[in-house]
Amino acid sequence: MTPPVVKLEDIHKIYGNGTEISVHAVRGVTIDIQKGEFVALMGASGSGKSTLMNVLGCLDRPSQGRYLLDGVDVSDLDRNERADIRNQKLGFVFQGFNLLARTTALENVELPMLYTKQRVTAHDMRDRAMQALEIVGLANRADHLPNQLSGGQQQRVAIARALVNNPQVLLADEPTGNLDSRTSVEVMGVFQKLNEQGITILMVTHELDIARFCKRNLILRDGRVVSDVQVNPRLIAVEELKKLNDAEAAAKLIGASS
Amino acid sequence: MRIAATSLIALRALRRNKLRSVLTALGIIIGVSAVIAMVSIGNGAKAQVEGQIASLGQNVILIFSGNFSTGGVRSGWGGAGTLTVDDAVAIEREVRGVAAVSAEVRDRQQVLANGLNWGTTILGESPDYLTIRDWALTSGAMFTDQDIRGAGKVCIVGKTIITQLFPTEDPIGQTIRIRNIPFKILGVLTSKGLSVMGTDQDDVVVIPYTSAMKRVSKRTNINMINVQAESAEVASRIQTDMADLLRQRHRLEGGRDDDFTIRGQEEIANAATATTRTMTLLLGAIAGVSLLVGGIGIMNIMLVSVTERTREIGIRLAIGAHGRDILTQFLIEAVVLSLLGGILGVLVGVGTSQLISALNHWPTLVSTSAITVALLCSSAVGMFFGFYPARKAAQLDPIEALRYE
Repeated sequence: MTPPVVKLEDIHKIYGNGTEISVHAVRGVTIDIQKGEFVALMGASGSGKSTLMNVLGCLDRPSQGRYLLDGVDVSDLDRNERADIRNQKLGFVFQGFNLLARTTALENVELPMLYTKQRVTAHDMRDRAMQALEIVGLANRADHLPNQLSGGQQQRVAIARALVNNPQVLLADEPTGNLDSRTSVEVMGVFQKLNEQGITILMVTHELDIARFCKRNLILRDGRVVSDVQVNPRLIAVEELKKLNDAEAAAKLIGASS
Repeated sequence: MRIAATSLIALRALRRNKLRSVLTALGIIIGVSAVIAMVSIGNGAKAQVEGQIASLGQNVILIFSGNFSTGGVRSGWGGAGTLTVDDAVAIEREVRGVAAVSAEVRDRQQVLANGLNWGTTILGESPDYLTIRDWALTSGAMFTDQDIRGAGKVCIVGKTIITQLFPTEDPIGQTIRIRNIPFKILGVLTSKGLSVMGTDQDDVVVIPYTSAMKRVSKRTNINMINVQAESAEVASRIQTDMADLLRQRHRLEGGRDDDFTIRGQEEIANAATATTRTMTLLLGAIAGVSLLVGGIGIMNIMLVSVTERTREIGIRLAIGAHGRDILTQFLIEAVVLSLLGGILGVLVGVGTSQLISALNHWPTLVSTSAITVALLCSSAVGMFFGFYPARKAAQLDPIEALRYE
């Protein structure tokens, strides 16, 4: 069996400096995530999922424990080394999309390539960004500004941005949190398509029905993993969209007949 | 390092905020254009003064009579007729390195011609005067040594005299009357314009100094002596030699003050340019202050910009920007802003100085050194005032920055 892409060994995160006011947000989390998995990290607010996500995203360092990303220990890297890991091995999708305003979709997608160690020519950057936009089905909107795009489209641009450096793991923090249910299903469809192509996805969500699009659900409570289950039966976005469309069509028919 | 990519990022960021970028640069634009315009005006004034000083002639040394004290009363320059024609002759004969000498007798008289009259300066000079002053004739010829010996009733006239007394006809060969004595016009001088003091140098009638002494002013002494040195190098030695000679001739012993004053062209030039130099410095300093204010404006906007773009910085950090990338980005933004302001400021400044010279007929002189200094200063200002906000941005924590609303 190949080594896991993400391996957390007894991760602790304590805010503050060990005094009375210090907060023990994550208390010993051990997870293995294999290549090609699609994991939802769930939990109520205060359960430590955001903190765990920051650690997984190499935005923060664990107070204790080891974090192996793609077989490399990243728990003790400094600020710049972690920045390079984020750039090369991780892709981020945020709840609030976090696209640069007044910047075209294409330029937004090009952004991670501007910070790579190897220089990418302007031509290559454009090509790769266009490819990523094609994957999320927005190649025809490359010149649009974020405020000219719908929420779902903005999130797809953000996904394209996360993909453009071919990361090991795609990390998504409440990616459907700002979207209506239909758009949420669409975005989950994009994730499922990417996952089928072999991309490992780890997302935080508190919506149960969204988590059911994933393959594996982890539930966190008080900084510990309390449940780790394979999703069965799993929702397939394409089918759900079809159902939604049918329901809409039916509603229209009823509306028309009455 | 990835300077090229970072520059691209910075330029994109500036392009996204066009209006703000222009407003930020405005402080620098005003500062730099003020510097350029002020320095241009100052330089123009200086060039004009230098031109006027050059109109005195080459390597000219002036000897004024005066400062003659009797019993504690000091008469002041030119007040006492202490110089004589013999002094001038002695200088020409005895001082080495003297190219030309002209004794000068100065008087104001009413001159008449053509039924018109005009009050003007009568200059009694020797034929060398025109050489010394580097002054040419537009027509006719200068009087000669023979006219000096015979106290000839001849003259050459400046352009203003022609305008006032001979508006229509050719003045050569005509006569003008000075104290009712007819003087025949031999030549007309080219125009020299205003002097350093602002007087009209063309408002003049030049006659042989002997005629001036005997016929017009009826005096035996002279006002001053114009001396031309052979070269600038010998000028200061000649000044000393002439002072020694004159002290000897005037029998001034030991501690007694000179009864004459010698002024080299250099001294006259220095006195005149000192004022304009002070003015240029003052204007430059004021303009420099506005450049400083412009720089503070840049810092202010950059600080606001860093706060406002905290989320953007967070995104950049999250997707792999190093602190140094953010620092460079904001520094480049600041420098590009100030340099842009500098370039626009130079254009506006040059335009303003052209406008000023066109409207007010002030001479302006745009100097390339001022432009270079202004551009260097503005980018230094951007670098200096951009550093603090840039460092602040670079030190942000990505998690905090992403959470920032």
